[in-house]
Amino acid sequence: MTQTQTISLTINGEAVTATVPVRSNLVDFLRNDLGLTGSHVGCEHGVCGACTLEVDGAMIRGCLMLAVQADGATVTTVEGLADSPRGQALRDAFHRRNALQCGYCTPGMLASALEYVEAGRPADRAAIREHISGNYCRCTGYQAVVDAICDLIGQGAKA
Amino acid sequence: MKAPDFVYVRPGSIAEALALLADTDADATPLAGGQSLMPMMNFRVAAPGKLVDLNGLAELRGLRVENGMVRIGAMTRYAELLASDDIRENIPLFGLALPHVAHAAIRNRGTIGGSVALADPAAEIPALLLVLEAEIHMQGLAGTRAIAAEDFFLGLYETALQEGEIVTEIVVPARKTTEQFGFYEFARRHGDYAMAGVALKVGGPDHCRIGFFGVADRAIRATRAEVAYRDGGVPAAMAALDDLPFDGDLNAAAKTKRHLAGIALKRAFEGIS
Repeated sequence: MTQTQTISLTINGEAVTATVPVRSNLVDFLRNDLGLTGSHVGCEHGVCGACTLEVDGAMIRGCLMLAVQADGATVTTVEGLADSPRGQALRDAFHRRNALQCGYCTPGMLASALEYVEAGRPADRAAIREHISGNYCRCTGYQAVVDAICDLIGQGAKA
Repeated sequence: MKAPDFVYVRPGSIAEALALLADTDADATPLAGGQSLMPMMNFRVAAPGKLVDLNGLAELRGLRVENGMVRIGAMTRYAELLASDDIRENIPLFGLALPHVAHAAIRNRGTIGGSVALADPAAEIPALLLVLEAEIHMQGLAGTRAIAAEDFFLGLYETALQEGEIVTEIVVPARKTTEQFGFYEFARRHGDYAMAGVALKVGGPDHCRIGFFGVADRAIRATRAEVAYRDGGVPAAMAALDDLPFDGDLNAAAKTKRHLAGIALKRAFEGIS
């Protein structure tokens, strides 16, 4: 019989209690049980970065963390970012710079970008590329993504 | 794919974890950062009956410097090591090498003890610990013990860790002011497992320690090259690698690994600081 456990956590500012199969990873729980399909599933072994999301302030792979491990955690997905000022500036920068085409990598890319920008790191293209090296994008060639992150850092400097 | 079913337990103390792991009928496996075990379970290469999640054990987190030694809890994450001033000052080799461990999101979860216990031949941590003369501390129901890194890594995913034991602490001597360090690795893309890599500790013109990873079935010291360096410098060390048990893999044949090891060694020496 499938093992289950009940977990309580905060997702995008809302308290959630749910009973989950222990073998379910966090991103499957968010997508299948809660309908938060913004986080994407790609490789399911931590390589592609499509499922990257924020748990307790750090970006992590949603496919390499079990949902039961998020008991008590604070989770922010791309849906949560959409409504927040921090996410809006990021989204605008990606839009302005054409930093996506098909959009499959974008939720993970945004989570990675946000961690970089919010750590106060510089608009250094090589450092940004290193930081997003765990997020595969097959459309943009990354150039536009780096442009968008630099843009956002520039705005912060002016503000 | 998705992981097969298992029983999940999250102990609140080391004693509780060890008692859970001692139940051999349950086929229990400790879960550290999960950045290797989870993919292995998703691929169904690993199918433990019971996962004993060590992430609730605060006693295994964090690090401190004590009597010239840096004592690092096994569940300390790479990102915490990279952010630590104590590490920057006392283990500069970590600063050179850890940015090459996978990607930022993986470093936010992956732990030093997990890498030690897994002993992936292409991982950086085992080679770093060989070069740094680190000691691995373990605990089981029978008690605690410590083993030099040199005697810990025995083969492909094979270590001196006994069933029911967990790695609790990694103890690394703080740098001496005379010591310099070097690191270089070849990977197809940044963050990929190394095709060949090397870590160095140079104590002076007549003393160095050289540790390779990604070239054999385990992280391995190049003792002949260390002696050759003393007598003939870097070119002699580069020429003294033929006795290492180079293994080919998906990325490169043994002969290519031998070549890359020499170049990595040269570049690591060029970059010592």
